[in-house]
Amino acid sequence: MKIAVCIKRVPDSETRIKIGTDGKSIDESGVKFVLNPFDEYAVEEALKLKEHTNGDVVAISLGPESSQETIRSALAMGADRGVLLKCDSIPLDPLPTARALAAELEQGAYDIVFFGKLAIDNYDQAVGTMVAELLGIPSVSAITRLEVTDQSATVEREIEGAVEVVEFSLPAVVTAEKGLNEPRYPALRGIMLAKKKPLDVKDVDLSKGGLEVLELSLPSERKAGRIVGEGPEAVPALVDALQNEAKVL
Amino acid sequence: MPNVMAVLEQRNGTVKRVSHEVLAAARSLADHIGGEVHGLVIGPKGVNTEGLGGAGADKVLACLADDLELYQADRFTHVVAEQATTGAYSTIVLGATALGKDLGPRIAARLGCTLASDVTSISGRDGVVVTRPVYAGKAVYKLKIATEPSVISVRANAFDPVSASRTASLEEVAEADGGKGRWARTVKVKEPEHAALDVAEASVVVSGGRGLKEAENFRLIDDLAEALGAAVGASRAVVDAGWRPHSEQVGQTGKTVSPNLYVAVGISGAIQHLAGMRTAKIIVAINRDPDAPIFKVADYGVVGDLFEIVPKLTEEIKKIREG
Repeated sequence: MKIAVCIKRVPDSETRIKIGTDGKSIDESGVKFVLNPFDEYAVEEALKLKEHTNGDVVAISLGPESSQETIRSALAMGADRGVLLKCDSIPLDPLPTARALAAELEQGAYDIVFFGKLAIDNYDQAVGTMVAELLGIPSVSAITRLEVTDQSATVEREIEGAVEVVEFSLPAVVTAEKGLNEPRYPALRGIMLAKKKPLDVKDVDLSKGGLEVLELSLPSERKAGRIVGEGPEAVPALVDALQNEAKVL
Repeated sequence: MPNVMAVLEQRNGTVKRVSHEVLAAARSLADHIGGEVHGLVIGPKGVNTEGLGGAGADKVLACLADDLELYQADRFTHVVAEQATTGAYSTIVLGATALGKDLGPRIAARLGCTLASDVTSISGRDGVVVTRPVYAGKAVYKLKIATEPSVISVRANAFDPVSASRTASLEEVAEADGGKGRWARTVKVKEPEHAALDVAEASVVVSGGRGLKEAENFRLIDDLAEALGAAVGASRAVVDAGWRPHSEQVGQTGKTVSPNLYVAVGISGAIQHLAGMRTAKIIVAINRDPDAPIFKVADYGVVGDLFEIVPKLTEEIKKIREG
């Protein structure tokens, strides 16, 4: 089975965001970049499927030169080879990114393509689903369970307070939600092997898309609150404040 | 005159609250450009469309068939894209829900247009300008949408529903050929044994963290949530420890929420957690450590032992509710 997993380099979730001098992007100095956490579930699921089907997993990332490190982390987990679609900046409009990935994926004739549900930087939850639409193949987003039999699959997907069960045939795209699996940690041997695995770098030229950034800012500070008191004795004062001051009860 | 389409969601035959928020967002945009709002409902026969005029729609387009009760991604995409093209809408607005987050990108890709997801404000004064939080709310973009048409999904609880004395006309639309029988098929929806409110949609959320010490103690959170009519949330630490399902996780790698009231119990307030709930209207923190970062974002804080404070709070809330 030919398997692809699309991954992204993002600032670690513990990053304290600072705005860059242009007022339109983040200040990347001192920021630790990692493999997007949702993509870890995607890589893990791709590897599990590879192990069951004797398949081959390619990890594809679109981003700057430094995304090679991100691809190496997927290779260290067990992916067989990597492709970097190199571009200096990724537009905020998800469609140009989806088009570039779809063009690359189309050539590979993959049976199944994994994405993380969303990237924790732009928080779009769009690219994987768009890629499927552009390729004209089925897709299900934010899955928590996957069962593949021959050329068809059944997945579960969480919706508000319930779970949808969806069936489709391959080739297809799925995007991984937390809970799908427990991603493995790369072993030392995997890290050593990853250095020797093939990694193609291809330059891509993205259109800038239809979203013009006017400003990136930090959210407004919350108005200073107050400690209503200590221990259970403070409860009546809290309830009174919620009822009569905040009027939320 | 360009019109705005609002994609409305139904569950069990009732249009969801979030769709009233979608209508309100669409209404404000349409009023700026001098167009109409057309609500599109896809669902089973007999969906109740009453009151959608008052909520902001000039016209309701209803595509109803019994096998459209569940979300069928490809058929829904087909219906919306077809209507969007026929009606030459300037903007298609939907909710950033499980359905909207899946359908929005499909429509944008199908129409080859721009998608702005999870937006928290829309202004139509000088072109369409939206704000959308990124890094789960650690920063906010102000963006101008430079193309038409465009697809916008709006975050739950970010727009207040409107009510006016307007009656919407109703037009039935048929599902065009080509959408049926292909692609992925939703075969069923599994409802949990005990219906629970979803943390991303609820207007009140009670979240618990590591301060609860062990999984069993989460019943304190369940009790308080029940008294408040709230959804239960959880910090990443307790989800990763397996105490709670990941669907309850609030934060950058979980859900971002904007409820009217957020009660954080035994949660210290890691950056990634604060990012996910800082847009709540009122935040209450209960924690034994007076220096916990959660108190920096809380409107009201109580310092002390949650095992003493929470049962007392539950009791007081019950008194009010029963009184």
